[in-house]
Amino acid sequence: MNRKFLALALASTALFTSTAYAEDVTLTIESWRNDDLALWQEKIIPAFEASHPGIKLKFTPSAPTEYNAALNSKLDAGSAGDLITCRPFDASLALYDAGHLTDLSDMEAMGNFSDVAKAAWQSDDGSASFCVPMASVIHGFIYNKDAFAEVGVEVPTTEAEFFAALDKFKEDGTYIPMAMGTNDQWEAATMGYQNIGPNYWKGETGRQALLLGVQKLTDEPWVAPYRTLARWGEYLGDGYEAQTYPDSQNIFTLGRAAIYPAGSWEISGFNTQADFEMGAFKPPVQNKGDTCYISDHTDIGIGMNAKTAHPEAARAFLTWVASPEFAEIFGNALPGFFPLSKTPVELEDPLAKEFVSWRGECESTIRSTYQILSRGTPNLENETWGASVAAIKGTESPEDLGKKLQEGLASWYEPQQ
Amino acid sequence: MSAPRFRWHIAVFLAPAVLVYTAVMIFPLFNTLRLALYSKIDQERVFVGLQNFYTLLGDPTWSDQFWNALGNNFWFFLIHMVVQNPIGIALAAILSHPRLRFAAFYRSAIFIPTILSFVIVGFAWKLILSPIWGIAPSMLDAVGLKSLFAPWLGKEEYALTALSLISVWQFVGIPMMLIYAALLSIPEEVLEAGEIDGITGMSAFWKIKLPLILPSIGIISILTFVGNFNAFDLIYTSQGALAGPDFSTDILGTFMYRTFFGFQLQLGDPYMGSAIASAMFAIILVGVCLYLFGIQTRMRRYQL
Repeated sequence: MNRKFLALALASTALFTSTAYAEDVTLTIESWRNDDLALWQEKIIPAFEASHPGIKLKFTPSAPTEYNAALNSKLDAGSAGDLITCRPFDASLALYDAGHLTDLSDMEAMGNFSDVAKAAWQSDDGSASFCVPMASVIHGFIYNKDAFAEVGVEVPTTEAEFFAALDKFKEDGTYIPMAMGTNDQWEAATMGYQNIGPNYWKGETGRQALLLGVQKLTDEPWVAPYRTLARWGEYLGDGYEAQTYPDSQNIFTLGRAAIYPAGSWEISGFNTQADFEMGAFKPPVQNKGDTCYISDHTDIGIGMNAKTAHPEAARAFLTWVASPEFAEIFGNALPGFFPLSKTPVELEDPLAKEFVSWRGECESTIRSTYQILSRGTPNLENETWGASVAAIKGTESPEDLGKKLQEGLASWYEPQQ
Repeated sequence: MSAPRFRWHIAVFLAPAVLVYTAVMIFPLFNTLRLALYSKIDQERVFVGLQNFYTLLGDPTWSDQFWNALGNNFWFFLIHMVVQNPIGIALAAILSHPRLRFAAFYRSAIFIPTILSFVIVGFAWKLILSPIWGIAPSMLDAVGLKSLFAPWLGKEEYALTALSLISVWQFVGIPMMLIYAALLSIPEEVLEAGEIDGITGMSAFWKIKLPLILPSIGIISILTFVGNFNAFDLIYTSQGALAGPDFSTDILGTFMYRTFFGFQLQLGDPYMGSAIASAMFAIILVGVCLYLFGIQTRMRRYQL
């Protein structure tokens, strides 16, 4: 009798604790997007918690430049959060190889994404996917509509028109034709080379050929963008050599420049800063009617810490992230970060709509240096930064730059040897 | 006869400093030296001996960067030696002049930048020199010298010199204070005796004061050397980890940071990073030893 009572009491406490436990599951999310803290707390987390009682979320971002180093040490120490926001390609692949991220290939919701979208978070042979793709960013040019109307310039579609437009702004003198600086280096590569490049190397065709070693960085499609960048220098503002990224943003949003070589992530910031109407045009093609190629770069994913104490809850969250509901909230709250799921999302922001419409007209590709090619030393991405700056400043000829990059790549990448 | 008692209080009083210093300085230093002998191969930490140093000095992709950073570091040091220290000595000599008014004010004003954070100094000077918002171009314009202005921080040929001069501006207060203290400690009698022999004004400085403050100048040189070869903050805050333009401002500190922690797509490599840190340690150690045994011991000292 006594014993039975004890057993019952034990069972009930066990039951009690387990229900209390289920109510208390809190998932912590590691991220570098500290800009998005408000968005997560006001929109994403309430929406998820409403549909998933029993799971609580905590979004704990750190500064973008510190994220990788901080996350690595947290993972090694076993104190990292349950969910890990994934950088594309090698940074996350290294985490997977070290056993920090769980293979999610068996998740049904992964079927909501195309192969290109998943490629940024897969093992090299594509057998394992370890992060759910969240968003991509698209490159193009944002322009000041008032300036275009005032000076009487048409939106350019070909390269000849593009330079004609720049010439006209230069002649007119009211506006700096193009707002970009080379001080921080990455803009020259990211918003310069990777922006206009895909039209030369034909997007994925060229990128894959480079990966396979069929094409070399000394080939025309890879050198030609540097030749075009070399012509940009004269259209940038005075002293562009010391102009930083925030300088360029400010020059454009203050209405002092006509064209801004951009990534779509600028949209939400520009919307609040600029008081003139903005439009966007895609990287100009060589001849009218050419197929256009755009950089639609997979930038953010989210995966699961292999050592999480709540794998079930974490999977439930990841399934939700893969759903159209999340895509809708995320895409509209953060115009310029485009959801990657196959179901199209209705966006409201006109500028973001313009950018995303190019997906239908052009072929998409990702930044050429991100997959595999920046694995060794010298690092191709970092070298490309320097090369793009040198091209714009005219300190080295495009051919020499191509040769230097090719030598660096061939020194460690077998297919190129 | 009992053995002399062990003096516990010495150990007790030394303990806090020794423990803290060991935990935050000695242990990390030796651990870094140890880490430089390892490498990561297939997720395993493997002992590779001096391999990392062979790579650093033998592989052109590494050695080019290393020599570039070292060369830049020497230039950085040279500018401090030729600009900062003479100016510091001159300022101290002027400040110690008994008839100078507002000496305390000048002393504080010149010393204040030293206590500012690198982040503030880097940011403020970047704004001052900015071709877009900066006051440097408009100030030059006001005196009709606009043509002399260039985006200095963005040009390969000027960037490092410009940054060195910013650093000089920030730290000129340190040699000034040390020399000032040394000058004040020179007894009046010595100067008066010189005066009787007809040594006054400038020649009193060159013939009496300068020889007496030479040991202080030696200390300042070695402090500058150690400080410059450990420098990192100013370059990082104003030019970023890639130390642009085109690595023209890359010094050992930024090179080590980039390698150790990684940058953008470049993954961090703690082992090569430690190798660079060890090389920095060795360079500083050799420099300090050369000074201590080669110069300091031979320096003539005067009983005052």
